[in-house]
Amino acid sequence: MNLKDDAPVLNHSVPVRHPWRWFSAAVIILVVLVFASTFFTNPKYGWDIVGKYMLDTRVVQGVGWTLFLTVTSMALAIVLAIILAIMRQSDNPVLRWTAWFWVWFFRGTPVYTQLIFWGLVTVLFPLISVGFNGQELIHIVVTDPTKGLVPAILGLGLNESAYLAEIFRAGLKSVDKGQNEAAQALGMSNGKIMWRIILPQAMRIIVPPTGNETIGMLKTTSLVLAVPYTLDLTFVTNALANRLYTPIPFLIIAAFWYLLVTSILMVGQFYIEKHYGKGVDGGAPQVMNPDALKAQMAGLGAPKMSGQ
Amino acid sequence: MTEDNKPLVRIEGLHKYYGHHHVLKGIDMTVKKGEVAVVIGPSGSGKSTMLRCVNLMETISAGRIHVGDALIGHREINGKLHDLHTKEIAAQRRNIGMVFQKFNLFPHMTALENVIEAPVQVKGQNKNEAKNRAHELLKMVGLGDKTQHYPSQLSGGQQQRVAIARALAMEPEVMLFDEPTSALDPELVGDVLNVMKDLARSGMTMIVVTHEIGFAREVGDTLTFMDGGVVVESGDPRAIIADPQHARTREFLSRVL
Ligand SMILES: Nc1ncnc2c1ncn2[C@@H]1O[C@H](COP(=O)(O)OP(=O)(O)OP(=O)(O)O)[C@@H](O)[C@H]1O
Ligand SMILES: [Mg+2]
Repeated sequence: MNLKDDAPVLNHSVPVRHPWRWFSAAVIILVVLVFASTFFTNPKYGWDIVGKYMLDTRVVQGVGWTLFLTVTSMALAIVLAIILAIMRQSDNPVLRWTAWFWVWFFRGTPVYTQLIFWGLVTVLFPLISVGFNGQELIHIVVTDPTKGLVPAILGLGLNESAYLAEIFRAGLKSVDKGQNEAAQALGMSNGKIMWRIILPQAMRIIVPPTGNETIGMLKTTSLVLAVPYTLDLTFVTNALANRLYTPIPFLIIAAFWYLLVTSILMVGQFYIEKHYGKGVDGGAPQVMNPDALKAQMAGLGAPKMSGQ
Repeated sequence: MTEDNKPLVRIEGLHKYYGHHHVLKGIDMTVKKGEVAVVIGPSGSGKSTMLRCVNLMETISAGRIHVGDALIGHREINGKLHDLHTKEIAAQRRNIGMVFQKFNLFPHMTALENVIEAPVQVKGQNKNEAKNRAHELLKMVGLGDKTQHYPSQLSGGQQQRVAIARALAMEPEVMLFDEPTSALDPELVGDVLNVMKDLARSGMTMIVVTHEIGFAREVGDTLTFMDGGVVVESGDPRAIIADPQHARTREFLSRVL
């Protein structure tokens, strides 16, 4: 077959012009350039300080503690949220109402207030003693050797659990009830049905908003000064800024680290979503019969062939 | 000797209420070991409800169901019935396979994983053993080359055959089918029916709710016609189809044949 003979005459039609598109792009680029040029001309950015303190031990440790707070409080929140979501579906009204009350309370009060409260628990209950018939059996003096770390995790985790509980509840409800029936008919126990059949499918709905919440949590950790807890990134960079009377370089340092960690979390979320999309989102390893595969390869090999 | 004649499934005086709605009004039915019992009837007559009572997907309002020696859902102590614990109900269900109209495969698992899930998780079977058995079962339903496919990559008819293999993997004594071909495109019905016919001929005890009269005629040992929550007529499928004794049966058959 001679391609030249039956090759079509291309149209080469004149495309529609979009002058406003060009204009708005030019304006935006100009503004960005003007702003960016101040990076070099304005000494208040203090790039030398940024460079000097970016990898300062206190700053890097601050990043570490911020990450630790994020991970542990999210882990606590996820465990609580699964329990709460299952309680909400329970036949037992006391469990249902308890879960409802929990969500109502922790969602309805500011996290800042909750963090102050957890910081004050040792003041509120200086000692716990359990007695019987006037005889003291257990006597615990409440102290906090972690210097605010445990109250911070409790405050952040409990507050977050209320939000996650709603996300998990929506996820569990999204799974077709035929799945539960099919698993029951196979004789699976309720625990196995939840863990192996319902939750993995609910995760598809649960993961994206939970990723969102995790990134939110990363930044909410900056409120732990309410406890007070003083080793996280925001507190450390603020303290350094106040000591050196140079707030802007330390804001830049903090922003850089928060953005870096957020970006890493987003990559993690991508892979988790892919995992739970298995079999549904076309995230499944594509199984193809060899002939179809060959046909597809052939199609890819000659995509520009026209007129057959 | 009496063992052979004792029915494997005995449904006696089964009633079911949804609130005040009286759906099943005293169903009696027996199925012997190795028999295929076909159940037909108009929409809303209670066929699904009856089937679902047998493996306790629905609670039983009145009456008794035995599968083998097990009294379904209850324990009888001094003539008084006591509910079984969830774990005991799960144990009873392992002996009863069920195939649904909408397949209900687990979408996050491959065909093979669907089939080995219950043997491994419920029976604690060795994973490799379960896999070998699953390969055999999938080959038997004509899907030996689709073991690594996810349900979304299979046609309806293929999904239903995986669902049959999944139920068989638990080696149940009796299989329940609730309109297994109703959700399928006409050209896919045949493959599923063929698998069910093979299963019937291999001696599996089956209760099949279906509109496929041809299936009843070919492999059915008994045919039960239900209407309005009661059994109107039951007996030899060929006799009933050729010469229904009740007007309602005659009218129904004239519509589906
Ligand atoms: N969960 C339920 N709650 C209330 N009523 C129900 C429920 N399930 C079924 N019913 C009612 O019970 C009656 C029998 O339903 P069933 O599903 O057993 O009928 P069927 O014979 O299987 O019909 P079909 O051929 O349409 O599947 C119907 O009137 C239906 O509305
Ligand atoms: Mg039905």
